[in-house]
Amino acid sequence: MSRFLPHPVISAALLVMWLLLNQTVSPGPVLVGLVLALLGGWALAVLRPGRPRLARFGAVLRLTRAVLVDIARSNITVAGLILGRSKTRRSGFLRIQLRLRNPQALAVLACILTAAPGTAWVEFDAEEGWLLLHVLDLIDEESWARMICDRYEEPLMEIFP
Amino acid sequence: MSEAVLFWSVLMAQMLLGLAMFCAAWRILRGPRAQDRVVGLDALYVNGMMLLLCFGIRSGTDLYFEAALVIALLGFVGTAALAKFLMRGEVIE
Amino acid sequence: MSHAAELPLIVAVLVGLLVLTGAVLTLIGSLGLVRLGDFYERLHAPTLGTSFGMACVLLGSVLFFSVQKGRPVVHEVLIGLLVVTTTPVTLMLLGRAALHRDRQEGNRRVPASARPTRQPRAP
Repeated sequence: MSRFLPHPVISAALLVMWLLLNQTVSPGPVLVGLVLALLGGWALAVLRPGRPRLARFGAVLRLTRAVLVDIARSNITVAGLILGRSKTRRSGFLRIQLRLRNPQALAVLACILTAAPGTAWVEFDAEEGWLLLHVLDLIDEESWARMICDRYEEPLMEIFP
Repeated sequence: MSEAVLFWSVLMAQMLLGLAMFCAAWRILRGPRAQDRVVGLDALYVNGMMLLLCFGIRSGTDLYFEAALVIALLGFVGTAALAKFLMRGEVIE
Repeated sequence: MSHAAELPLIVAVLVGLLVLTGAVLTLIGSLGLVRLGDFYERLHAPTLGTSFGMACVLLGSVLFFSVQKGRPVVHEVLIGLLVVTTTPVTLMLLGRAALHRDRQEGNRRVPASARPTRQPRAP
């Protein structure tokens, strides 16, 4: 925002992390944490990673909920696949063409897909937007592609304009 | 009563986590390729961290928390460096 | 475990259930490392432990220490944040490294590029 506090969210997160590590809110650690948070914000401003512009806070919440539900569901599915018989499982690579181009949005999508059991981001072709995924349960390629476009890509395009 | 419940459930969880660490160690020893071993090592780190958290609940001190935090950090750095090494043959380019 | 004697029974049962669920999920994930047949399949296995397996154990720990100390103890959230943000990075790096190595060796079972291979036109 200003020169004094260039990255307010990052600085606040640093302060909270410092207080969690110390497990107090007494004045001493708060003072050290404030200095740390300010220094962290300035260091980040010097490094200039580019500021993500978040629009639509509601969309962020909706995406978070969808991701949590999907991770819970795929936890159960993958546990069943691992314990089940290996003959019925069919895994493989899957290609999807994305319209998403914002690098920060792509990074978030990569983290979501890799953190969820059952899907793993393998490679991305930045020129034409082809994404190479590995899917553990590749029964219906169409439905996987549709699921990723509808549930993740659309909200991410809304959040990162 | 609550003491017994907690004791047995945490002990059971620790045994399961120990078995999980054994599975990861089996994958490290078995391979067959370097990347398989690195995935096993990453899983071993995470399982060990959770085992430490269980020890913390069992002993009632939060000394184990710091050890778990350090293991989580070292596991990330170690696996990232190994993956980089597998890709290029050098850790620092 | 004398420190747990004054804990309410319902809290003890809840903590035990959470820790056991987390341990079982992690064990299934690690069993996947043994049972799944291919490197790219095994790449999915550890995420069981690092997503909900770890969340359950951390929740159990937060609940236990909060009740035991009589004040909210939430510094376990830091471990959760750390693992949630670092696991995708390491797994992605490992996947790319494996793909790179497989391509260098000319393994036919991995795709040659992220783009779909176009069929050569008939003359």
